[in-house]
Amino acid sequence: MGKVTMTVNGRARSAEVEGRTLLSSFLRDGLELTGTHVGCDTSQCGACVVLVNGQAVKSCTAFAADLDGAEVTTVEGMANPDGSLGRIQQAFQDYHGLQCGYCTPGMVMSTAALLAENPKPTEEEVRHYLEGNICRCTGYQNIVRAVMAASGQDVGALAAE
Amino acid sequence: MPKDDGIGASVKRREDTRFLTGNGKYTDDINLRGQTYVHFLRSDVAHGRIKGIDASAAEAMDGVLKVFTAADFASAGGIPCGWQVTDRFGNPMQEPKHPILAEGKVRHVGDPICAVVAETYAQARDAAEAIEVDIEELEPVVDMVRALEPDAPKVHDDLTSNLCYDWGFVEDNKAAVNEAFEKAAHVVSLELTNNRLVANPMEPRVAVGDYDPWGDSHTLYTTSQNPHVIRLLMGAFVLNIPEHKLRVVAPDVGGGFGSKIYHYAEEAFCTYAAKVLKRPVKWTSSRSEAFISDAHGRDHKTKIELALDADHNFIALRTETYANMGAYLSTFAPSIPTWLHGTLMAGNYKTPLIYVNVKAVFTNTVPVDAYRGAGRPEATFQIERLVDKAARELGVDPIELRRKNFIKPEEFPYQTPVAVVYDTGNYHATLDKMLELADCAGFEARRAESAARGKLRGFGIAHYIEACGIAPSNLVGQLGARAGLYESASVRVNATGSISVYTGSHSHGQGHETTFAQVVADMIGVDANSIEIHHGDTSNTPMGMGTYGSRSLAVGGSAIVKATNKVIDKAKKIAAHLLEAAPEDIELKDGKFSVAGTDKSVDWSGVTLAAYVPHNYPLEDLEPGLEETAFYDPSNFTYPSGAYGCEIELDPETGKIDILRFIAADDFGNIVNPMIVEGQVHGGLAQGIGQALLENCVYDDQGQLLSGSYMDYAMPRADDVRGFTVDHSCITPCTHNPLGVKGCGEAGAIGSPPAVVNAAIDALHRAGHTHVKHIDMPLTPSRVWAAMNG
Repeated sequence: MGKVTMTVNGRARSAEVEGRTLLSSFLRDGLELTGTHVGCDTSQCGACVVLVNGQAVKSCTAFAADLDGAEVTTVEGMANPDGSLGRIQQAFQDYHGLQCGYCTPGMVMSTAALLAENPKPTEEEVRHYLEGNICRCTGYQNIVRAVMAASGQDVGALAAE
Repeated sequence: MPKDDGIGASVKRREDTRFLTGNGKYTDDINLRGQTYVHFLRSDVAHGRIKGIDASAAEAMDGVLKVFTAADFASAGGIPCGWQVTDRFGNPMQEPKHPILAEGKVRHVGDPICAVVAETYAQARDAAEAIEVDIEELEPVVDMVRALEPDAPKVHDDLTSNLCYDWGFVEDNKAAVNEAFEKAAHVVSLELTNNRLVANPMEPRVAVGDYDPWGDSHTLYTTSQNPHVIRLLMGAFVLNIPEHKLRVVAPDVGGGFGSKIYHYAEEAFCTYAAKVLKRPVKWTSSRSEAFISDAHGRDHKTKIELALDADHNFIALRTETYANMGAYLSTFAPSIPTWLHGTLMAGNYKTPLIYVNVKAVFTNTVPVDAYRGAGRPEATFQIERLVDKAARELGVDPIELRRKNFIKPEEFPYQTPVAVVYDTGNYHATLDKMLELADCAGFEARRAESAARGKLRGFGIAHYIEACGIAPSNLVGQLGARAGLYESASVRVNATGSISVYTGSHSHGQGHETTFAQVVADMIGVDANSIEIHHGDTSNTPMGMGTYGSRSLAVGGSAIVKATNKVIDKAKKIAAHLLEAAPEDIELKDGKFSVAGTDKSVDWSGVTLAAYVPHNYPLEDLEPGLEETAFYDPSNFTYPSGAYGCEIELDPETGKIDILRFIAADDFGNIVNPMIVEGQVHGGLAQGIGQALLENCVYDDQGQLLSGSYMDYAMPRADDVRGFTVDHSCITPCTHNPLGVKGCGEAGAIGSPPAVVNAAIDALHRAGHTHVKHIDMPLTPSRVWAAMNG
């Protein structure tokens, strides 16, 4: 066991962890930030995506002990300062980009990472970027629309092919 | 003018705010004081005899509280099956015991043998590795046809064979069907597989059992689509706990698609172990564990034949299907290939004579049960592939062959030869709408453009019918259901006029908290934000049957309408008293009660306050309060239908298929929230296209699951599915429920697989590969390439 300290959603947070403790467990069990979800055990589904020092990371694949001093943002840190839905979150609600909500935190965080590096992605770029996030409910079309809307683009332009 | 938050409005979902901010409360987010953790040691062989279990080393390890085996459950019942099918000779199906932990034998990879409970997950997992299980491996049986051979190994030693049942429907029609085939001008046949799938909701299953020794009462938090059903099955049949001592809570649930309908051993384990240990017991499935413990779906092998007369009228249809049950009977497994499949074999057509034979088979694989669509996708795939094949063999347009044989709009209600009566539909309208949206006129130019790039373009269609809103209890009782299939609702009006609705339905992505509020808001004329929908807790919702089979709005919504109407009736009596008028003269409009033809009125909140502060109230005639409960039992199924068109491009170099556009024109009856309906269709399409192109659950001949993770089981991803155009403007309202709704949850998954395969065959035939008659799903590049070049 060892103590790890990270800045999570702007706050310094510490907890004792085993060497094998995953970042996802650190967040969910150690810090009770249960917005980050775990949907698989092979780093495929992306429900657990968070930002680590600004990069999208599958938190089920990172050891907490390796991340001492890191800056982490989870879905709990994505709302506006007044508590209202942030730009990406609002777009997901407006375009019905979620159903059961389980993959949603990972989708929101991946979208944040995408728009940080590519503020006006094309539909193809959005679909390619989100390949690491599996959604079983929506068929992705409304997720893609939400991401396009969050980037300030016209979602009516989504083409049939 | 319709209310902007009432029926027909695309109201944004209220549940989204908690999901989008990380504040959903899923079962794995529940942690109780003193909680312990269970890890199940599961069989790694498909078939074997348990010779001995030595858990002494494990029990001595740090943090381990107890290792449970089957011996600890000697007084418990098996996991029950909720549907008994009667075979074609009048005998009940063979029904083996399904123990909580394996008794004597293991019967599939993943069958739980021991359960280790410890202070932490890590300790439980570590200790499980120290358990020695002596298993004598037995020859497994994986293939269904092999399973029925006389010398096949038996999955259950105490059964006479691996045959669960041999079902014929309608048995009395068999001779007439065969006679029609002998007289037919044309007979078209097809052998096909409906590939085995894994539902894969993104939230794996979780159970947390809790026990209160002072009240001798149990609470189970579980990822369920129907907590009341779990309480009934587990309490009455497995653990012998009466309902008043057992609370089952299904909080936010991350998708179900059928796989969270069933009562699972892990739920009973956690509930029971919490009492033994006097500590809460939690189980969280990993994804790998989900693949070998969640019920799978589909897995049919079928031969289907269609007889046509010289004018290409369908005159008879017969099928022979092998349906995999897996190693044990999951909760509704026997009903899927029978009553949810055979009764839909008329499709959208006027085929007068139909005979369906289904042999349900035990194998050393995970149990198979309902998955989105459940029986209806299997029926639709057969029919729509066969009709397309018939058109090719007869040299006629597949669209015209369908139109010719469709039930006509004026022929409803329509009695099919397979028991059900379709109340309404207009198949010509949905087909025309789909063809209009598909821009068929532009297809040839698009095909030429593809061809210029060396690609093959094809267009395929499918029409589907499904039976939703399950179901009339007296009917399903006759068919073998061991439960009623009504739904319930309580509408509690609060003193200041706000409304709390308690439904027996369960939302795990469908958006009930939004749509059910729209219905009540519309009926009373109050702001939807003054209405809260509660679901998922047996301690505060009336006994309800839950959410599956696209039944929530048609059955659960109808119960809400019924309860709300009772509330309105009583409220009118209170208003009549306040307004000194006769109740029959009171009108409710926009949240205001008025006396017809006068300007006398009282607001909704004036009436509700009077109900709870009954100072001026007809106490001699009317009880105070305003709260009503209703149970709605449907008089028929509902019959959504639709036409699907799929345009694909196929790369002849690799066999890879890309979906370019997919048009869905559905008739769901009336629509409460178009945005949510569209989302449901999108999701269904993705799952159906996934089945057609990507997903396949594969066992090797030793019963090892080869597709046991997302590394091997190809889930549709964001660039696999695209180009959806969804229309639901063709409306023939359901005639027998108060909202006129039909259900939209499964349509996409039902109608899309045959449309995709038909499009692929079309692309190949247009390019001259006319020897390809059929390709079994999933149409992976290697299968397509092999078929082209075979």
